[in-house]
Amino acid sequence: MPLIELKHVVGGYGGAPILNGVDMAIEASDIGVIVGPNGAGKSTTLKAIFGLLRVTGGTIEFGGENIANSLPDKLVPKGLSFVPQEKNVFTSMTVEENLEMGAFTRTDDFRPTMDWVYSMFPVLAEKRRQPAGELSGGQRQMVAMGRALMSKPKLLMLDEPSAGLSPRYVIEIFETIVRVNKEGVGILMVEQNARQALAFASKGFVLAQGQNRFTGTGPELIADPEVAKSFLGG
Amino acid sequence: MDELIFFINRVLISGTVLGSIYALGAVGVTLIFGILRFAHFAHGDMMTMGAFVAFVLAAAMTAMGIVTPLPAGFVVLPLAMIITAVLALGLDKGFYAPLRQRGAKPVTLLIASIGVTLMIQGLTRLIFGSGTRTFFDTESKDIFRIDMSWAGGSRPISITEPQVIMFIVTALIVVALHLFLTRSRLGKAMRAMADNAALAQVSGINTALVVRVTWVIAGALACVAGTMLALDVALMPDLAFNIVLPIFAAAIVGGLGHAYGAIVGGFLIAFAETMAVFNWTAVLRPINGLLPEGMALPANLALVPTEYKLTVAFVILVITLLVRPTGIFKGAST
Amino acid sequence: MSAAATTSKGWDSPLRRGLMLFAAMFLIVVVVGVTQGTASMLLILVQATAFALIALGLNIQWGYGGLFNFAIMGFLMVGGASTVFLSYPVNPEFWNSDGPMMLGRALLAFLAGLVLVLLARQSHRIGLRGAWKTTLVVLAWFAGYLIYRSQIDPAAAYIESTAGFVGGLGLHPVLGWAFGGLVSAFIAFFIGKISLGLRTDYLAIATIGISEILRALIKNMDWLTRGTMTVSPMPWPTPLPQQLQAMGSSIPESFVLARVWFLVLAVIILVGAFIIVERAYGGPWGRMMRAIRDNHIAASSMGKDVTGRQLELFIFGSVLMGIGGAILATFTQIFDPSGYQPINHTFMIWVMVIVGGAGNNWGVVLGSFLIYIVWIISDPLAQLIFLNLSSVTDSLGWGAIPEIESRSLQMRVFVLGVVITIALRYAPKGLIPEVVRREG
Repeated sequence: MPLIELKHVVGGYGGAPILNGVDMAIEASDIGVIVGPNGAGKSTTLKAIFGLLRVTGGTIEFGGENIANSLPDKLVPKGLSFVPQEKNVFTSMTVEENLEMGAFTRTDDFRPTMDWVYSMFPVLAEKRRQPAGELSGGQRQMVAMGRALMSKPKLLMLDEPSAGLSPRYVIEIFETIVRVNKEGVGILMVEQNARQALAFASKGFVLAQGQNRFTGTGPELIADPEVAKSFLGG
Repeated sequence: MDELIFFINRVLISGTVLGSIYALGAVGVTLIFGILRFAHFAHGDMMTMGAFVAFVLAAAMTAMGIVTPLPAGFVVLPLAMIITAVLALGLDKGFYAPLRQRGAKPVTLLIASIGVTLMIQGLTRLIFGSGTRTFFDTESKDIFRIDMSWAGGSRPISITEPQVIMFIVTALIVVALHLFLTRSRLGKAMRAMADNAALAQVSGINTALVVRVTWVIAGALACVAGTMLALDVALMPDLAFNIVLPIFAAAIVGGLGHAYGAIVGGFLIAFAETMAVFNWTAVLRPINGLLPEGMALPANLALVPTEYKLTVAFVILVITLLVRPTGIFKGAST
Repeated sequence: MSAAATTSKGWDSPLRRGLMLFAAMFLIVVVVGVTQGTASMLLILVQATAFALIALGLNIQWGYGGLFNFAIMGFLMVGGASTVFLSYPVNPEFWNSDGPMMLGRALLAFLAGLVLVLLARQSHRIGLRGAWKTTLVVLAWFAGYLIYRSQIDPAAAYIESTAGFVGGLGLHPVLGWAFGGLVSAFIAFFIGKISLGLRTDYLAIATIGISEILRALIKNMDWLTRGTMTVSPMPWPTPLPQQLQAMGSSIPESFVLARVWFLVLAVIILVGAFIIVERAYGGPWGRMMRAIRDNHIAASSMGKDVTGRQLELFIFGSVLMGIGGAILATFTQIFDPSGYQPINHTFMIWVMVIVGGAGNNWGVVLGSFLIYIVWIISDPLAQLIFLNLSSVTDSLGWGAIPEIESRSLQMRVFVLGVVITIALRYAPKGLIPEVVRREG
């Protein structure tokens, strides 16, 4: 059974729907990447899963139940985690406090998880007592990811994790995503950096106008001339 | 030496008392603004409400014949705080939460809080009449006089018992608040929500719980602040309106959403008020001897006449809003 | 096509609703008139008319401009004080004393201080910048303040001890009302210039503060306004009851007739203001204002001078408030600075506008009359309830309820709070909401 499955999901922010019947299925071993032109509904799909907008049709199945239109803070204990694109750290709180907030719903000792996050992002361990607002863009993104990982999610969703980052940080983030996936966390992310992201995607979804256009593994999509021409800039 | 004693009595002690009151009220306002993003205009009335609850409890206690070494007002404070906290939760549930659920703008909530202000004002006056009452009908206010003759002073430093207890209580509360906000998970969750409410929800923080805790803290602190003011001066329904503006000024000056800023702001405004109406001539009298022939200090050198005392807070507020709207600790603004 | 169809259909029900509400209003007026007596009813109507004018002013600021003005009480006081100055009989003691000369000196001192500050603000021309310039400006303010105080304090003390207060110019009250509007405009200009950039709830708090400062100033300027000793009686633009009695009317008749005349005058002014405001709202100026209010970021990106327009609105609204405040002071024949309360004079107007319908002038006028009447009858109604309750508690042996009169007065405040809470919950756009006209 897939970790998460979207079936004909329709939804939007009120008014005309942005998603017009999206299908998707991700396993725990998958790295899923959503690409497509602007306005295609990529980020909207993630937000629909996480209960940040209204789903008016279709189902979103996670762990055997339909989680469509759940409250976001109820989804975290179930094993979902979300890294928004912008404003994704608590700028006035220290790095360590940001991570602690990620573990808010946990009732057990989360220090081992924090050690794990610090081992993946050593620079954060150095700056653990610094306010997150003082860090560089790339370091902030690490804090954002770390925060999301503190709840030990089964599925980690990221909205354009490489946005605005220098190439060095982009590589580092992507490498971390692959490493996290190897440790058993399913990944579903939206990316503008389509080629780079699809290169290591086990499932690629090309969306346009709120619907699926192409589905396949990342490398397949990159190789497909039609996809390359219309959505990946040739 | 006498001048210094005069200064201590009139400025230092008064200023600290007033500062404590403003600080505790402002913390509530700033927390509500940080978490719920609206200006809770009815906060002054919440303080009055708390003071009246304490008053009723204290009166009941003395009527039952219970005598305590401390003033009755302080003894009933814990219970009064709990009751006021519950009332605060009720206010939110009854008046603000329904509007929030319908996506009301902050302005609408401000207007709603004005409605709440009017209702509480009307009710307290209806029930208690508009007269002034004091906590010290049945017991006397102990005054401690510290003799300063060893330092050459001819008058003592005088401080009343309630004032001493106020300092201790305020210090305890500030420490407790600090520990709560920096050590406890719920406290940190509050700071997180004030920082970025959307991200807090995404992180799994139970935002409804944080909102409730905010009202509980705001209500409890308002009760303490209001009771302290009533203990120091007197209890009257008018208490509320006169205090709203200095408290908002304190919260804004300190940076909306920052609890420590509110505390600093409270003391700042309190001392500014006390020093502005202070008759500086009394302290600068020794300089009279140094001035050349024919010149003397005016009889009453106060920056601001006493009637304008409240204006000081307003002026500070207006200046802050114009010069640095985010306040000392850079809180929320636009 | 469909837009036009909905508009024409949309015109029917709000119009009918509005008419029904006004009819209901009229009925309430008649009922109250019968129970309270004609003379009292007329008193209520005149004051409600003045409040309607003030509410129109607030509607311009909030309904059209989205400006959160909580300084209404301040403007009412300014209007009242202005008409005192203009219409109160001349005080010969003042003009015969050194008073005018000392005031003249104080005025010079004021101007001197102003010049100092303006010069300091230009100090960047001689090379002072940044923190140095700011320090100089602050020092200039301080010096100017001290210079002014040095002249005004002895002047004030002198006037208060010899003549009592400056007195008035003895001109016609209607001129006094116009002067009230003028001075309000002046003050609104300054308040607006410094504070209109603020965000809504900050503007609210800032305006409350300014209102309190104005109140403190007016209350303590005994030499100008007689402060807490109050100024009375104020002359009327229409015949006073006493004058009618001298011409042969009976006492009750004279009150009714006098108030009728005053009411007629007030209504004429209200209608005049209403027409001006409605015309402005309908035309291109009004359209631009609404565009700014609804999305001032977009509007300013289109090149509209947002702050300038907001200032216009603020001043326009304040003029009406000043005139309304002046009318109130003249009608009650007494100017008492301590009689102004934020609840009565700021919050009540807000309730009128919100309950009536922000952005709709008909709604606001309806709201004013309705809320004012509710405000007035809450007191006798509460007294009735308390008296009955008191006899019940008495018979139960608990004793009568004390201070019924002053407590019933407080009922008004409570009722006002309840009204606004209910309005926000069930009719947030007001009884007669703004009619959004769709063009084309």
